[in-house]
Amino acid sequence: MDWLYHPWPWYVSGPLIGLMVPMMLFIGNRSFGISNNLRHLCAITQPPNVDVDFFRYNWKEHIWSLVFVIGTGLGGYLAGIVFANPEPVLLSQAAQDMLLSWGFTQPGAFLVPDELFHTSVRNFTFLFASGVLVGFGTRYAGGCTSGHAITGLSTLQLPSLYAVLGIFAGGLFSSWFLVPWMLI
Amino acid sequence: MTRYLPYLLVGVLFGFVLIKSEAASWYRIQEMFHFQSFHMFGIMFSAIVTAFVTTQIIKRMGQRKAMDGQSIEIPEKPAGRISYIAGGVVFGLGWGLIGLCPGPVFALAGAGSVGAIVVLAGALHGTWLYGALKHYLPH
Repeated sequence: MDWLYHPWPWYVSGPLIGLMVPMMLFIGNRSFGISNNLRHLCAITQPPNVDVDFFRYNWKEHIWSLVFVIGTGLGGYLAGIVFANPEPVLLSQAAQDMLLSWGFTQPGAFLVPDELFHTSVRNFTFLFASGVLVGFGTRYAGGCTSGHAITGLSTLQLPSLYAVLGIFAGGLFSSWFLVPWMLI
Repeated sequence: MTRYLPYLLVGVLFGFVLIKSEAASWYRIQEMFHFQSFHMFGIMFSAIVTAFVTTQIIKRMGQRKAMDGQSIEIPEKPAGRISYIAGGVVFGLGWGLIGLCPGPVFALAGAGSVGAIVVLAGALHGTWLYGALKHYLPH
């Protein structure tokens, strides 16, 4: 049962993630994608006196999607806590060198760095603000990595190619300029 | 309730894979954007190829029914360009900073990261902001 604890190589994880697309079609003719759930959660919690029309629809038709992400959280609990990997993330030497030069003392000790994720006002401001970008951008683009890069590209949809190019451009800018600037 | 069970199980598998593949790792995302490892690219490429091959098979099988009786159709994204590029860039900026896209946010929150829950709170506010500003944005 060792394989349950260890990280999985890309040629195992990638195809499993890709299989989400046909599985969702087979279960209920659903398009695989995660970020719509953020919209549904807004629709559920929107107070009647706010009433933005983008969130005025029958979210109960999308319970299947919310059940899916509850499952995702549960899967995260199983993989991250019950079958937690005792080893650090096996990063490439180049990545380790870069992270050390950014001032991280133990790159890859857990999935995310304590320096950015542990509880502090500064970290939580950073995480919240970046989360706002993620939430705003995914809805503006009509999908995220799952809906556009995987579902969209694999079904040869041009809008998804635009979105993926935008996503990659934004990500390159952040990780080459904003992250080092923030850390050093 | 039982009609939701398949979604729950597939969701569990998805969350499990996101953690085991380390796609939910901030470090892996930085490594990807700096082209320092094939790992994340391998995941994306093999996922896309797998989804492409399987959806092509579904298409060629002809009229098929999903488990709940609906006929399977692969939905088309609405035509457009500006919103996809601009939205993609904004999302990408956030992704490059926190190394988490929406799927891994839920998986990592399940793995007990308080930081992931803060990201989720931010993402919900961002989504709401888009809904409120939608009519003022170019699409």
